[in-house]
Amino acid sequence: MEVGLKFVGVGFMAIAMGLSALSVGWIFSSLLNAISRNPNIIDQAQKNAFVGAGLAEAPGLFGFMIAIVLIV
Amino acid sequence: MQVNPLNQFKIKKIFDISLIGIDISITNSVLFMICAVLSVLVIFAFVIRVRHTVIPGKFYLAIEEFYLMMANMVNKNITSHDRKFVPFVFSLFIIILVFNLFGILPGSFTVTSHISVTFALACVVFCVINIFGLVTQGFGFFKMFLPSGTPMWLAPMMIVIEIFTFLARPVSLSLRLAANMIAGHVLLKIIAAAAVVLSIYLKFIPISFIVVMTGFEVFVAILQAYIFSILSCVYIGSILDAH
Repeated sequence: MEVGLKFVGVGFMAIAMGLSALSVGWIFSSLLNAISRNPNIIDQAQKNAFVGAGLAEAPGLFGFMIAIVLIV
Repeated sequence: MQVNPLNQFKIKKIFDISLIGIDISITNSVLFMICAVLSVLVIFAFVIRVRHTVIPGKFYLAIEEFYLMMANMVNKNITSHDRKFVPFVFSLFIIILVFNLFGILPGSFTVTSHISVTFALACVVFCVINIFGLVTQGFGFFKMFLPSGTPMWLAPMMIVIEIFTFLARPVSLSLRLAANMIAGHVLLKIIAAAAVVLSIYLKFIPISFIVVMTGFEVFVAILQAYIFSILSCVYIGSILDAH
């Protein structure tokens, strides 16, 4: 296998990070929408949003792990 | 100056101990685990010591509020076994939290950045799920692999998919925690390397960024411990509350 192609693969892993960043952004934009429509739910909605953000950024980090395995 | 940002995750031996051919040396990972557990024990022993006063102090109230938060979370997610799993989930949460927070101290070793550690924790959760599911429900435990209302022609495929989902739980649980820790610490080290390389007039940019990122790492440490424990709650609840 060509060594250079390995780094192309590592670069493609950035797509995973970008998409998970997009999903985290979506979660927080929905949170802002929900809070501005109904400010009473702020506690419950915020807790769920943080847990959801933690879950949503995990696939991007899995991609990051594979990138590290490819480099090292 | 080239520094590998993954050097911080290397395990070094401190004391060489071997017992009947088995290597049980004290490494820096073990050392930080011992420090973390001892710090938890000292804080909680201190709190228990002051319990006998008439008016509990601030620390006691803080720890009690902390405990009540976890008990509330467990009771919301595991409805059928009232408060039975509070000690398990609470100790899981507090040990992961302390491991993560000890890793943020400069120059220290992050215990949870190794998949061997986090996978062991996830395996404990997995064993608890299996044992309690089999004990409380017997063979009804295997009904979970076939969701109710599945058409018969879809059943073989659904069973395979559900089994893989079930087996992927400890893997995703452990990989999420370890990947979050590795990513945060590698990022911190890379910014620190930039601070070393840049000229003196530009050093304030990466250094101020490091301060912000360290604060974010504290947030991530607490969040990941919370996510680990709440997902364990959800998994245990999904097994035990099924009928």
